[in-house]
Amino acid sequence: MVVFSMRRRPREYTYSAATVILDGPRAAVETPTIQKQAATKDEIQTPWNVVVHNDPVNLMSYVTMVFQRVFGYPRERAEKHMLEVHHNGRSILWSGLRERAELYVQQLHGYLLLATIEKTT
Amino acid sequence: MEICRQDQALEIRELDPFLAELLRQIPESARPKDSAAAEERLFSAPAAAEETDLCAEWKIYVVPELRRLFQSATETVQQDLEQLRCTDKPFANCTLRIPLAHTDAWLNALNQARLAIAATYQFSDHELCDHYRSPLGNRRDLSLFQVNFYGFLQEFILREMEGNS
Repeated sequence: MVVFSMRRRPREYTYSAATVILDGPRAAVETPTIQKQAATKDEIQTPWNVVVHNDPVNLMSYVTMVFQRVFGYPRERAEKHMLEVHHNGRSILWSGLRERAELYVQQLHGYLLLATIEKTT
Repeated sequence: MEICRQDQALEIRELDPFLAELLRQIPESARPKDSAAAEERLFSAPAAAEETDLCAEWKIYVVPELRRLFQSATETVQQDLEQLRCTDKPFANCTLRIPLAHTDAWLNALNQARLAIAATYQFSDHELCDHYRSPLGNRRDLSLFQVNFYGFLQEFILREMEGNS
């Protein structure tokens, strides 16, 4: 299974880089400002869907294999989702916390499937 | 052409020069080059356009990793394709051995190539299902044949992997 290392900045905060001012023998460092982007309770608790969209190029057998590998689904369940994608244009493969959903989408993109995350409504 | 499993490898035997050339083109075809459509397909958005932060972060942090992953797959395929340098008899049929350990890389590279070609030429669903289109009159027809031929190889590799697991 392809596992990616995530090197992403934490979503909760944005950092402005500390500015180093070289002035003679002393170096002054300005205190970095931290802006907190607080996620609301609702935002944290709202589940996100991992959606796979239809693509006329990817083979059905390949898509089934990818679903089995990424989500660990048994063949029957993977095939059911593959057929749903094929007939309905999309299928929700998984729902849950955003970070995990992003990781799944990243893995699916590694297999070149058309996948997105979206908030549940 | 004949494909079979031989110990820890898949063997493509009696590969004629035309099909051998198509295989040699896998790494090149997998690169989006100047095709914005191919680039967009290989590195598709992770969410709807309204999710601007997520999409922006994705481009910065995830796309480079995907690029590395895809490049690593095409490099593995490129190494295997070195076997097709038939220097003594340039028009003779040849044999290609794909080690089982490389099958994931092959599936990935073949998929990259198929998606990039299909996006570049904007093949319709109807064209993609037309497996018996002939003759190959122009570059577009040849590219469609390439997509189908690579798909056939993918199917075979998948079947062998399934039998192996």
